[in-house]
Amino acid sequence: MIEMMAVNKWYGKDFQVLKDCSLKVAKGEVIVVCGPSGSGKSTLIKTVNGLEPINSGDIVVDGVSITAKSTNLDKMRSRIGMVFQNFELFPHMNVTDNIEIGQIKVLGRSDEEASEKAAALLKRVDLSEHALKFPSQLSGGQQQRVAIARGLAMEPMAMLFDEPTSALDPEMINEVLDVMVSLAGEGMTMMVVTHEMGFARKVADRVVFMDYGEIVEDAKSDDFFGSPRSARAQDFLSKILNH
Amino acid sequence: MNYNWDWGILFRDPYAGWILEGLWWTIVISLLAWVIAFTLGSILGVFRTTSSPILRAIGTCYVELFRNIPILVQLFLWYFVFPEILPDDWGRWVKRDMPAPAMTTAIVALGLYTASRVCEQVRSGIEAVGVGQRQAGRAIGMTEPQVYRHILLPNAYRIIIPPLTSEFLTIFKQSSLALTIGVVELTAMTRQIEEYTFQGFEAFTAATIVYSLVTFTVMFLMRFVDKRTALPGTFASGGA
Ligand SMILES: Nc1ncnc2c1ncn2[C@@H]1O[C@H](COP(=O)(O)OP(=O)(O)OP(=O)(O)O)[C@@H](O)[C@H]1O
Ligand SMILES: [Mg+2]
Repeated sequence: MIEMMAVNKWYGKDFQVLKDCSLKVAKGEVIVVCGPSGSGKSTLIKTVNGLEPINSGDIVVDGVSITAKSTNLDKMRSRIGMVFQNFELFPHMNVTDNIEIGQIKVLGRSDEEASEKAAALLKRVDLSEHALKFPSQLSGGQQQRVAIARGLAMEPMAMLFDEPTSALDPEMINEVLDVMVSLAGEGMTMMVVTHEMGFARKVADRVVFMDYGEIVEDAKSDDFFGSPRSARAQDFLSKILNH
Repeated sequence: MNYNWDWGILFRDPYAGWILEGLWWTIVISLLAWVIAFTLGSILGVFRTTSSPILRAIGTCYVELFRNIPILVQLFLWYFVFPEILPDDWGRWVKRDMPAPAMTTAIVALGLYTASRVCEQVRSGIEAVGVGQRQAGRAIGMTEPQVYRHILLPNAYRIIIPPLTSEFLTIFKQSSLALTIGVVELTAMTRQIEEYTFQGFEAFTAATIVYSLVTFTVMFLMRFVDKRTALPGTFASGGA
């Protein structure tokens, strides 16, 4: 479904943020990406839908290369959902409009179709009674669930999550993770940058560990948690699990 | 000092009419110049923040050029120099044959100058909305123009209502510079009253009051607009 091949990316001339990153995500697989701050996780995940351009290598999503001239990147993005650390709901639209706008403006759905879909998704993320509120009137956990619904409204073939719970108060983390767990259970292809190792253990098929722009380890999740091969991953795990 | 106060002059024919007529032209100049400034400034502000290096360069050049030449110099350049460098026929048209040459030149000059300032406000508004919003729009498949139309601009304009109000009020005050090329707006009319009656104190006091009244009215209206457009759960950013 998603294949990254020897992806390199520089910020400016001197700073290489991604070094020869290769990665495969099969249909229905859930991949967790972790690693120290600044290691390039956000950049990596944003290259998948072309939000961050790459300098060399290639990324193929569902058979379509993001670097090919003939590829319509906007169309491709509409088929890949993305959830951000800071929610990034559109502040001037209420919850329902946030979920409808992409359907109407990008997919060309009718208002009725879009609002039906929005209502169903709001029910699914358990926010039906907040349908007409504005983002600033919701808690962080509620906002992030709306953001997930906004992505799902496009009926994506895969979902990308960039630290979806790290801006949340601890008591709200689970309401968001629960939605993600149920998505994974339904067979959604997911790439998730997170430090929630409980989530990784429970639902990830594989864990990818990044450091200094490199994919240092790419292992079945049991293997990764059981006996990480690299010293850097061991070190990272011991830090993150002991606090 | 032997000054004969005569406040009644302000209400006497034809001077009351002159003040009103001057005010009318001041408002016409300000509004039309603002239409140019707001439209062009918005387009340039968008240019300066797009992904296209060419558009960004155009925006930057415009701002650097127009913002750094004093408005009075620009006014003179447009009025006295610009027609001379045009082909003869066109130059004559600009100087003489187009409708109200001095007034039109004043409107265009003020509009083009203020466009550079509006551009910077729009740019800073768009930047304040943030990269995250831009990415969120692109991530659901919106094109760059769609992201501007539906996400960046509606939020950016909300943020910059107060500075845009000040820019409008600046145009309103700077419109008095038009008298230097012979446009008879409010300040020019006031001087004319002084010349005819020697009641300069009364005339300029009246002008001051009229300018202030318009300014306060605009500020009051825009504060209302700012409140009305504020998003639920947030606070309007306050007065101009
Ligand atoms: N637009 C940019 N220009 C220059 N450098 C950047 C830019 N964006 C990110 N970087 C740098 O690239 C590196 C990787 O950034 P990235 O955000 O991908 O890391 P991350 O692993 O997601 O970190 P975090 O855990 O803090 O989110 C960092 O050193 C960052 O400072
Ligand atoms: Mg990050």
